[in-house]
Amino acid sequence: MDLLKRFARDRAAFIGLSLLALLVLAALFAPLLAPFPNDVFDFHIGNRLQPPSGTALFGTDRMGSDIFSRLLFGARITLMLAGIAVGSALIIGVPIGLVAGYYQNWVSDALMRIAEIFLAVPQIVLAIAIAQTLGPSIENVILALSLTYWPFWARLVYAETRSMRNEVFVESAVALGASPWRVIVLHILPNIASPIIVRTSIGMGATILTAATLGFLGLGAPPPTPEWGRMIAESREFLPEAWWYALAPGVAIFLTVLGFNLFGDGLRDILDPRTRRSV
Amino acid sequence: MNWLSMVANRLLWFVPTLVGLLAIVFLLSRVIPVDPAVLAAGENASAEQVQQVRERFGFDKPLPVQFVNYLRDIAQGNLGTSLFTQQPIVDDLASRLPATLELTIFAVLIAGLIGIPLGVFCGLHRNSWIDHVLRVVTVSGLAVASFWLAMQLQFLFSMKLGWLPLSGRIEGFPPETVTGLMLVDALIEGDREMIGSALRHIVLPTLTLALPAAATVVRFTRNGVIGVINSPSVAYQTAMGFPRRLIVWKYVLRMALTATVTQLGLIFGILLAGAVVVETVFDWPGLGAYAVRSILQSDYNAVMGFTLCTGALFVFINLLVDMLQAAIDPRGAA
Repeated sequence: MDLLKRFARDRAAFIGLSLLALLVLAALFAPLLAPFPNDVFDFHIGNRLQPPSGTALFGTDRMGSDIFSRLLFGARITLMLAGIAVGSALIIGVPIGLVAGYYQNWVSDALMRIAEIFLAVPQIVLAIAIAQTLGPSIENVILALSLTYWPFWARLVYAETRSMRNEVFVESAVALGASPWRVIVLHILPNIASPIIVRTSIGMGATILTAATLGFLGLGAPPPTPEWGRMIAESREFLPEAWWYALAPGVAIFLTVLGFNLFGDGLRDILDPRTRRSV
Repeated sequence: MNWLSMVANRLLWFVPTLVGLLAIVFLLSRVIPVDPAVLAAGENASAEQVQQVRERFGFDKPLPVQFVNYLRDIAQGNLGTSLFTQQPIVDDLASRLPATLELTIFAVLIAGLIGIPLGVFCGLHRNSWIDHVLRVVTVSGLAVASFWLAMQLQFLFSMKLGWLPLSGRIEGFPPETVTGLMLVDALIEGDREMIGSALRHIVLPTLTLALPAAATVVRFTRNGVIGVINSPSVAYQTAMGFPRRLIVWKYVLRMALTATVTQLGLIFGILLAGAVVVETVFDWPGLGAYAVRSILQSDYNAVMGFTLCTGALFVFINLLVDMLQAAIDPRGAA
């Protein structure tokens, strides 16, 4: 296919896709790939804080657990967390943006004002406040992230829908007697799908960074959950001796976010030629 | 819509936006299972003491009444008392604002001084090897978790090399507070040791904070330059035989920089969000660290004070940017 060929030729997008494939494989096959799959919960105090070696690839942590094994299971948490959070933000934000963009009346004004209120503080502050209020758990982190990120999609979809509203094909569909619902779902939504998909990839990266920050501040899942941000927080008191402790989870977060960002950039080049990166 | 009505419309929405923001945070702070009165009274308080605190802070009234009371207090410049520092929150915020400002100003300067020239260079020498290298660097800069980067910088420069201090703003006695900006106050006092100490302390937090902002500036400046170079006006100037140097310095740069100016709101948001994390890791006594501590201690008056403060700043800066943008480029005002 032409699209796939173009994608494969873009080196950066290809690297992004490869990183994401690696992440998904790590998450799917964590129990098979991990040398010590039980180390998510087991601890071996005798082996604590061992530097990287043949047995413990990335060293061991404060409980003597294998960091590499925990990292693999952490990939599951990261993917699930960001996937559900971004999915819910889409489910809330896209319909709001569509409705507000299609009907231009006081309801759409009110909806977009509410979205703007959410955008008036840095997302991390709102997410910290919500997560702290609800109490530390993965479910609450997901809820906090969905509640803070939906306005981004609402605003994007709103702007795109408004620009579609006056297109000839939309006007003709309306003139032919199509119901608003039919026009929105069958005519507008498919035509604004590209920017939504591109933003979703980049939004996954941003969400993963915020989720890791929440974990780092102790607002994520309680220990011994192998969440990457929490692993980095745990390592702080063992610096500078245990330099490897924070290294692996930090690099894992970096590569994951990088993967989503590169992939999103590549998608934009293919799906949205107007904003091509290397015009 | 013309420029004036755009500004009027935005000003009109300024207060409702902030009230809405407060309503969200207020609701959040009141649905929690923890009783704020119990928290405020302390662990060993008796039932009567808790009841006294509840009445003193008005926690016994219905929610809408509490909210209206809260708004009335804010209108009078009273944000309440912190449950933990026992200080008026306005004082708490005011005493911590300079530390955050100092950090943010330095970060903006670094991001601009590094980001704009690099972005212009990349835009002019598109697809050169430097452009490719910088693209990797900027994409990477936006993918690093800032708390992790902060820790790695601390590990390398403080713990291993011992070049820079681990955290805090200064060693020994701080200079007398004049501006609240440690470096400026040290300069006023003229004490070399103080100046040096303040400088050494600010390097790592500023670098951590500036990296994602600089990456964003490079990307926008580069795209701005490329957009202008491909425009018909530059093609015309080239065809007329204008020297390239004149075209670049007189026309391309000026138009490209407006593209960067319009992103100031975004950059400010990046910095404010970054400050929350960076201040926490570097123990920098600013607004961000205050917010995280207040949130973790369930000090909701302080949280709401911080939210109002950052929200107002953020909305205000975005308004300024929009006004600036509309003034520079009338096409965007519609």
